[in-house]
Amino acid sequence: MSTNGYDDRKNRTNLGSHLKKETSVVGRPLMKVDAMAKVTGQATYADDIHLPRMAYARMLPSTQPHARIVRIDTSKAEALPGVLAVITGQDLPIKYGILPVSQDETALAVDKVRFVGEPVAAVAAVDEETAERALELIEVEYEPLKPIMSIEEALEETEVRIQEYGHGGNIHKMVSLQFGDVEEGFAEADYVREDLFFYQGNNHLAMEEHSAVAYYSPDGKLTLWSSTQTPHYVHRALAKVLELPPSRIRVIACHPGGGFGGKSDPFHHEICAAKLAMITGRPVKITLTREEVFYAHRGRHPVLMWVKTGVKKTGEITAMHFRSMLDGGAYGSYGVATTYYTGALQTVTYKIPRYKFEGLRVFTNKPPCGPKRGHGTPQPRFALEIHFDKICEDMGWDPAEWRKQQACEPFSLTANYLRITTIGLKECIDKVVEASGFKEKFRKLPYGRGVGLACSAYLSGANLPIYWNDMPHSGAMVKVDRGGGVTVYCGSTDIGQGSNSVLAYVVAEVLGVRPQDVAVVTADTDLTPVDLGSYSSRVTVMTGNAAIEAAQKVRDQLFQAAADELGTTPDNLEAAGGRIFRRDDPGVGLPFAKAAQLAEARFGTLAAVGSFTPPKTPGRYKGAGVGPSPSYSYTACVVEVEVDPETGWVRVPKVWIAHDIGRALNPILVEGQAEGSVYMGLGEALMEEQVFRRNLHKIPSMLDYKSPTFLETPDIETILVETNDPHGPFGAKEAGQGPLLPVPPALCNAIYDAVGVRIDELPVTPDKILKALERKAKGQEPRVGPERMPEVEWVEPIYVEPPSLEHDPSLVPSANP
Amino acid sequence: MKQLISLRVNGELYELYVPVHKTLLEVLREDLGLTGTKHGCELGECGACTVLVDGEPVLSCLTLPVEVQGRDIVTVEGLAENSVPHPLQVTFAELNAAQCGYCTPGMLMSAKALLDRNPNPTPEEVREALAGNLCRCTGYVKIVEAVRLAARRLQGDLGNIVEEIERALNEGVVQEPESR
Ligand code: FES
Ligand code: FES
Repeated sequence: MSTNGYDDRKNRTNLGSHLKKETSVVGRPLMKVDAMAKVTGQATYADDIHLPRMAYARMLPSTQPHARIVRIDTSKAEALPGVLAVITGQDLPIKYGILPVSQDETALAVDKVRFVGEPVAAVAAVDEETAERALELIEVEYEPLKPIMSIEEALEETEVRIQEYGHGGNIHKMVSLQFGDVEEGFAEADYVREDLFFYQGNNHLAMEEHSAVAYYSPDGKLTLWSSTQTPHYVHRALAKVLELPPSRIRVIACHPGGGFGGKSDPFHHEICAAKLAMITGRPVKITLTREEVFYAHRGRHPVLMWVKTGVKKTGEITAMHFRSMLDGGAYGSYGVATTYYTGALQTVTYKIPRYKFEGLRVFTNKPPCGPKRGHGTPQPRFALEIHFDKICEDMGWDPAEWRKQQACEPFSLTANYLRITTIGLKECIDKVVEASGFKEKFRKLPYGRGVGLACSAYLSGANLPIYWNDMPHSGAMVKVDRGGGVTVYCGSTDIGQGSNSVLAYVVAEVLGVRPQDVAVVTADTDLTPVDLGSYSSRVTVMTGNAAIEAAQKVRDQLFQAAADELGTTPDNLEAAGGRIFRRDDPGVGLPFAKAAQLAEARFGTLAAVGSFTPPKTPGRYKGAGVGPSPSYSYTACVVEVEVDPETGWVRVPKVWIAHDIGRALNPILVEGQAEGSVYMGLGEALMEEQVFRRNLHKIPSMLDYKSPTFLETPDIETILVETNDPHGPFGAKEAGQGPLLPVPPALCNAIYDAVGVRIDELPVTPDKILKALERKAKGQEPRVGPERMPEVEWVEPIYVEPPSLEHDPSLVPSANP
Repeated sequence: MKQLISLRVNGELYELYVPVHKTLLEVLREDLGLTGTKHGCELGECGACTVLVDGEPVLSCLTLPVEVQGRDIVTVEGLAENSVPHPLQVTFAELNAAQCGYCTPGMLMSAKALLDRNPNPTPEEVREALAGNLCRCTGYVKIVEAVRLAARRLQGDLGNIVEEIERALNEGVVQEPESR
């Protein structure tokens, strides 16, 4: 038990095995347990489900960005042969939303539409074509309201409101936190710099379009198969909106064909499919078109940012003040959390002793924004890492050395009371600097070529759940069959990152069996214990720990039964290689199946549960719930670019990325996450944007939206750094999101190195480079980016006295329980 | 308007009575139950629906069944020989070239067409040949590696594929040395 309000007893049971060095499964580059199903076309995605008598449904999109619904007439649609049911907002009036504080959505618009593409009615019919024809027969009369399409407009317009709740006007949420006296810090500084940045919004563009199939059986039970990455939250939303007891709803997450955060809200189509199934008594499927996916959205928030930092001549940061303004779109979604996240993780990479954060989110008449890979943190990280690059340039500091000198300490607190455990940041910087030849290239390459460095940190799961409760965040159950087979049950959803495999690996490791002997059952609310879902990079750490606990409990029973048979005590036994044997005499042992039979004879059916609750959070202020995590991953990235000054075209030949993963449970899966993150970060940095023209999404198709193909994606060299985190399963931290964060700023820093212009606004399109070069040629500031931040009256900040940022030995959990 | 069409898919002959405007993608998935072929746009933009027609990669979302009557159509379900997967399928699985796996069937079909006409492609040739297939998960790195590893294996002694899968699942992937 340590001070600072942090209780590590909850994790103690696992600590011994986490840190064990000798492993036979963990750490190996194994094929994923579901890989063969995926490469043979046998993995089932939601749209692959075809049930007998299945009906098809489509939803009618709003044609108006902001309007009152005066009248909807569905009679002609209902009369069309083949139409089975038509529903409107009146049939599903109960509001829902992912966050308890933002219950502002309805499955179909009620009274008012808030963005073009918002579903207004839904039709189930014998086939998709008939459903589509029926949509054309629905008459909707709208009374247009003033559309609000930007942060500036939302702040100016206070009369016309998009939502009736929030901070007032069209401000959804405003937060203001201050840790220490930043003005005092700026006064102490030898140099103070201010910068403005803008990060454009973008879509996840998962390859699979969202899909759901619902079936309501005659005994009053509803089953929903969905492409969701958070079946537990969908379960809760369905119960609320359909007014059904949760015990009569079963949500099964199929293999999602990519998520990246885009399938973590309860969605219109899921609820409509369920309602239509209840009305028609037939299975009903809704699969979104690609265009509808752009309207369902929940993508990256566009964020306008201002940052001011003071530094000493000797390098130390004295204070930072950060402001963010988020364009949230028409609904709340995860937005309140996103707003906090734009201010939460600034402090986790470099020591910032005094820190002030002001943030706000506005509503606009656009598809709702939500969480995308990095959830609210890539935007501020983009701002910070360019801002620091400018400070290093102004002060004549080496950007790599400065970052290493200012890196946070292991087992320390930050100004906003985030608890850092292991930190491999310096090693990550050393590795990418060395691999890329950064020192030989930086400011030394010929004009048009350059390198840039940036770093980041990300959480390994949020310590607080989305809805307030004190139950575990993750549960797992392990069952051992008398034939020696093992099954692990867990509510987690494998979105491609390999979480099903992680469950198999940790259980196989604890029980000493082969991964192939472990069956994995996941993401089915009838069969599996609750896991909150695949978001916030929580799955490996939380489900891994839960599964280890369950497997250890079963192993205890196996050891007790085997000990008698082997004439020893349980603590002299080990499980490995499909056997249970004496440590003091490894030749004496039993096959795993034999031990299972002895244990089953003695104890009855062999099964055990395990669960994981994150450690308590040291912060004690309002807003302290966003940011804390069992551990933080760290990443350093070097991007090399070639910029054509004639065309403004940017080519990226290579990216080097080093990631502190804690411990790689399977290195090829971690590499895959890093490579995918680099790719996605470059897409956001160079081309992807959710843009609107005359109140309409300008490019709601894959072709026009543009994303990097094989040809635009560079060579990526991934280096894994292991720090063996005491809170991770076998020492692991996250890898799914963190490695995206440093990519956009490293790219912009490289562009500056190449041609001497600053692009402080994403995406970096060729026209921006040309504009900046033109300004440079004219002797103006060689920069493209936002010029000002709108004036707003910020609320009085909550003041919190910051802790010391030094290493605190009491934060190190004892390795031996 | 419906029409009687006959299709040869994965070596099997099917006779179907379907609306003329129904795409090959829809017929494969809905009428033949071959849901291995995926879709990400249905507008010819993503490559997820790629199948082989007489050995050439074709976007099934832009193809009408009438156009491909009497020709040889191969989908991901037809890549394996009985229960033995194609080497491309094994290397994709081994090297984690399929994360969510949604782009994978289309990717495999394009890769198969490439290796059939160019048994030893350079990384650039792989990128070029697969550029019409989008993947949002992998950053493409492991896909290029998997295609090249399969090419090397196809040229050498394939060994026992079933044992190879077993080894990869339990002991891990051993990358064979690169040889151009
Ligand atoms: S479904 Fe996207 S190209 Fe055919
Ligand atoms: S593996 Fe997910 S899209 Fe390629």
